[in-house]
Amino acid sequence: MPNRRDCEVPFFKMSDIKITIIDREGEAHLVDAPTDMNMNLMEVIRTHELAPEGTIGICGGMAMCASCQCYMLNKDHLLPEKSYEEEDMLDQAFFVQENSRLSCQIPIDKELEGLEVKIAPYNAD
Amino acid sequence: MIKTDMLIIGAGPTGLFAVFEAGLLKLKCHLIDALPQPGGQCSEIYPKKPIYDIPAFPEILAGDLVDNLMEQIRPFEPGFTLGERAETIEKLEDGSFIVTTSEGTKHQAPVVVIAGGLGSFEPRKPPIPNIAKFENRNGVAYMIREPEDYRGKRVVIAGGGDSALDWAIYLSEVASEVSLVHRRNEFRGALDSVEKVSELAKIGKINLITEAEVVGLKGAETLESVVIRHKGEASEEEIRETDYFIPLFGLSPKLGPIANWGLEIEKNAIKVDNSYDYQTNIPGIYAIGDVNTYPGKLKLILCGFHEAAIMCQSAYQRIFPDKKYVMKYTTVSGVNGFDGSKKEAKREVVKSIN
Repeated sequence: MPNRRDCEVPFFKMSDIKITIIDREGEAHLVDAPTDMNMNLMEVIRTHELAPEGTIGICGGMAMCASCQCYMLNKDHLLPEKSYEEEDMLDQAFFVQENSRLSCQIPIDKELEGLEVKIAPYNAD
Repeated sequence: MIKTDMLIIGAGPTGLFAVFEAGLLKLKCHLIDALPQPGGQCSEIYPKKPIYDIPAFPEILAGDLVDNLMEQIRPFEPGFTLGERAETIEKLEDGSFIVTTSEGTKHQAPVVVIAGGLGSFEPRKPPIPNIAKFENRNGVAYMIREPEDYRGKRVVIAGGGDSALDWAIYLSEVASEVSLVHRRNEFRGALDSVEKVSELAKIGKINLITEAEVVGLKGAETLESVVIRHKGEASEEEIRETDYFIPLFGLSPKLGPIANWGLEIEKNAIKVDNSYDYQTNIPGIYAIGDVNTYPGKLKLILCGFHEAAIMCQSAYQRIFPDKKYVMKYTTVSGVNGFDGSKKEAKREVVKSIN
């Protein structure tokens, strides 16, 4: 079920792709993500306010906290390799699974049309 | 009791620059920070990373930015309370505030400036349901303050970074038994430390338990054993008896006790009046830098600097309601340090030709 925000977007841009993001409460959101604005997945999640401010992207996208951890539900063969920094951070994070990635390290690319991700729990402690 | 004109909570770039702006107005500053060194995130998280959007610095390392700020504010002799977290605030009848830290240090000032960034950095706690029960000397510690406490004891350390490796090496000489539990086979620490740990593991001084995670804690009053889950198809669980469990998973920022000071909070940040002076809903308490929010807020160091300068003018008026301050450029008036130093532009020598 697309959220209301999508209905308000006046023009469909050719450079947008559709991504399904499941929030921490389990609700799925089908959102547009621009491929021409140098954005990463964490920024898409924040733009659509799918996780409360202060609980996602805390370090600003430097792979230096793990607050933007997501489980990648498909397209794993199309994702960029993990950098040393990302591996490093996922090592210290909690709730890590095989398909965990830091969403700030996933650039929005045309090939990711139809991507499905779930935001990992926020460790409030 | 530490008394000052302006008490700044948070010694990151914004808090440090506020000392300079306050110094120009002859206001003395004292800073409190939960980290043991000044610089905030710039020192703690990314000292070796470059920043490209500091005006007039095409590129500067975060650590160098902090060093420069410390040099810039040195003439104004700021005081520091480091390694302590600001816990409570109390307003006195004369309008001044008393801020008490986690260690009980008291600070009094007519103006309090929160420049707390993302909050205070605290150890990441693993999500083990009953972990809180064993905190505070009952077997779980998130940092090692006194290594001698572990002499002759059994210790389980969890984590794969430098601090986990370094403490495993150190405690292997002190504790009766050291186990190091890590999720993966690879360790990320300095090569020396990784080699040393594998050597100590070979001779049996460290029990190296990799591809495993501590998932449970057992004990009536104090910790008696940890439950370790091994990765694999059939997730195996192992119970290991221990006196201490020390999870070392790095630090993460929390807004912390400031959130309970009665300040208006929105989106995990403190609401301020950005049309005027970055004051919060409590007169006399200001919030500048990444910790505040207002329409159009940008969490940039340069915005924190700007907010610091504006805030100081209002703070000055609050401290000296009868005085009128006239802004002067540093190029014109120089910088007069509280330490007696004076910086000023060289005067042109005008000599008439007779």
